[in-house]
Amino acid sequence: MSLDKDTVARIARLARLKVPDEELAPLAGELSGIFAWIEQLNEVDTKNVEPMSSVSDVTLPMRADKVTDGGVAAKVLANAPGGAVYIDPSDRNAGGFFTVPKVVE
Amino acid sequence: MAALTDLTIAQLSATLAKKEASAVEVADAHLGKLDEHRALNAFITETPDKAREMAKASDARRARGEAGLLEGVPLAIKDLFCTEGVQTTAASAILKGFVPPYESTVTANLWKSGAVMVGKTNLDEFAMGSSNMTSHFGGVENPWKRKGDNRKLVPGGSSGGSAAAVAAYMVPGSTGTDTGGSIRQPASFCGIVGLKPTYGRCSRWGVVAFASSLDQPGPFARTVEDTALMLQAMSGHDPKDSTSAPLPVPDFAAAARNPDIRGMRVGIPKEYRVDGTSEEIVTLWARGVDMLKAAGAEPVEVSLPHTKYALPAYYIVAPAECSSNLARYDGVRFGLRVPGKDLTELYENTRGAGFGKETRRRILIGTYVLSAGYYDAYYRKAQQIRALIARDFKQAFEKCDVLLTPTAPTAAFAAGDKMDDPVTMYLNDMFTIPASMAGLPGISVPAGLDKDGLPLGLQLIGRAFDEETLLRAAAALEKAAAFSGRATGY
Repeated sequence: MSLDKDTVARIARLARLKVPDEELAPLAGELSGIFAWIEQLNEVDTKNVEPMSSVSDVTLPMRADKVTDGGVAAKVLANAPGGAVYIDPSDRNAGGFFTVPKVVE
Repeated sequence: MAALTDLTIAQLSATLAKKEASAVEVADAHLGKLDEHRALNAFITETPDKAREMAKASDARRARGEAGLLEGVPLAIKDLFCTEGVQTTAASAILKGFVPPYESTVTANLWKSGAVMVGKTNLDEFAMGSSNMTSHFGGVENPWKRKGDNRKLVPGGSSGGSAAAVAAYMVPGSTGTDTGGSIRQPASFCGIVGLKPTYGRCSRWGVVAFASSLDQPGPFARTVEDTALMLQAMSGHDPKDSTSAPLPVPDFAAAARNPDIRGMRVGIPKEYRVDGTSEEIVTLWARGVDMLKAAGAEPVEVSLPHTKYALPAYYIVAPAECSSNLARYDGVRFGLRVPGKDLTELYENTRGAGFGKETRRRILIGTYVLSAGYYDAYYRKAQQIRALIARDFKQAFEKCDVLLTPTAPTAAFAAGDKMDDPVTMYLNDMFTIPASMAGLPGISVPAGLDKDGLPLGLQLIGRAFDEETLLRAAAALEKAAAFSGRATGY
């Protein structure tokens, strides 16, 4: 499997990752090397083998539908890049907004 | 009396219990070592004020007769664990300025048991790497050096800072995380003990995610008993992690204090004899078998036929999960933000500038193998091979109780080596990745020095959730190997 520059540019676009033009060719070379090495997996016959997505064979646990946490509005909003905005600054748990710089017109 | 910083966790606990030293004195002694060895770059953030405050609280608890399992023991925390009010970087520029408003379950458990945090350790960016060279904050220097050779060596990775801090006696124990070998390989490179528990033993909640089906927190220390003490404090069911095992926590320390392995069947997987492994490691492995045999164990040759496919399969599964997990770093809600003319360009600019080279490479691999038309050929295929690897181990464990293998194919290498070709670097984890893929517990125990005077570790692999047998075998190996090497090159 060999990846060309255009394929790398397409994957980078899918991953929302800016890759400078001059890095595309070296990256294509590196990734081709990695995929060539990965090709050896084709030696293995995997017909009728169930794919394993997790090693834990427990079923997803259920929990009671009740409030177990809360009253931490200030913590929740602490990392907001636009700052925390409270409806009522004297009662922070009355509600607030996690504000971010404008990203949509 | 020995210096406080020379003591193991068990010895420190005894010293503190006898009131021969206070937790504040113990913390100060270790903080002094952080000062002394800052050049190793083992820490991204030092937290001396927090350490003294926690130590003071620990002394107060002890005075009230409320001492926990790790009461007053100073620890270093890999900077992948979220720590409330202390910046958490994952060694990436993209998390710039991130201060978690919450504490990871594992660290919360450690503080509940009385431990004291001295700082957050350096690592490969997002735990992706085997040398600690991919950190945004620069590489960590291994405290060990080759005899008569002053070149800086890597501590291994990804938990390189945590391993170096323990090997340099800055702390008696530290936390790491292991996705494909990130605890065991640095433990081997730094001449200390590193334990990756069974997947699900320690909660992943509050640990910055790399590959969620593989990531597992675990301890580093200088003795098997100390890793057992730490594991005991770190483990336990956590409803906040749906893959956390709802099992009671056994008395791991008791298991580690019982090196009686008479009658234990030790599997030697023949597929781990591979080209590229240093001759000295092959010899050490054979000596390890002899040591366990002399202690009463029964060596058994076993076969794990799909061993060689674990590494390439891992390099599909782990990047796939990483590309999905790291999608959250988009420059909008937290961390680095690089503006663009529209939202897509903001994403691309931020991620292009914020992620380092290896992280970008893995995101691209993951995006590719998950993209339309390639999913079955790569991702599904890798998951099928993962099932075969797990089946290999299951069958092997019908014939044995633990497996003994080398931890890494070489000793620590020089900083900057193996950087030209990513696959060469990936091969470092060839012995650790198979157990990761199967979710099994593994431990690296320092077992000897090579001709250059560098430490080499041997790995023991156990059955799922049977860390007790694993610790017993590790204690027996530790006792027989009687490793007394100590880094002197720093």
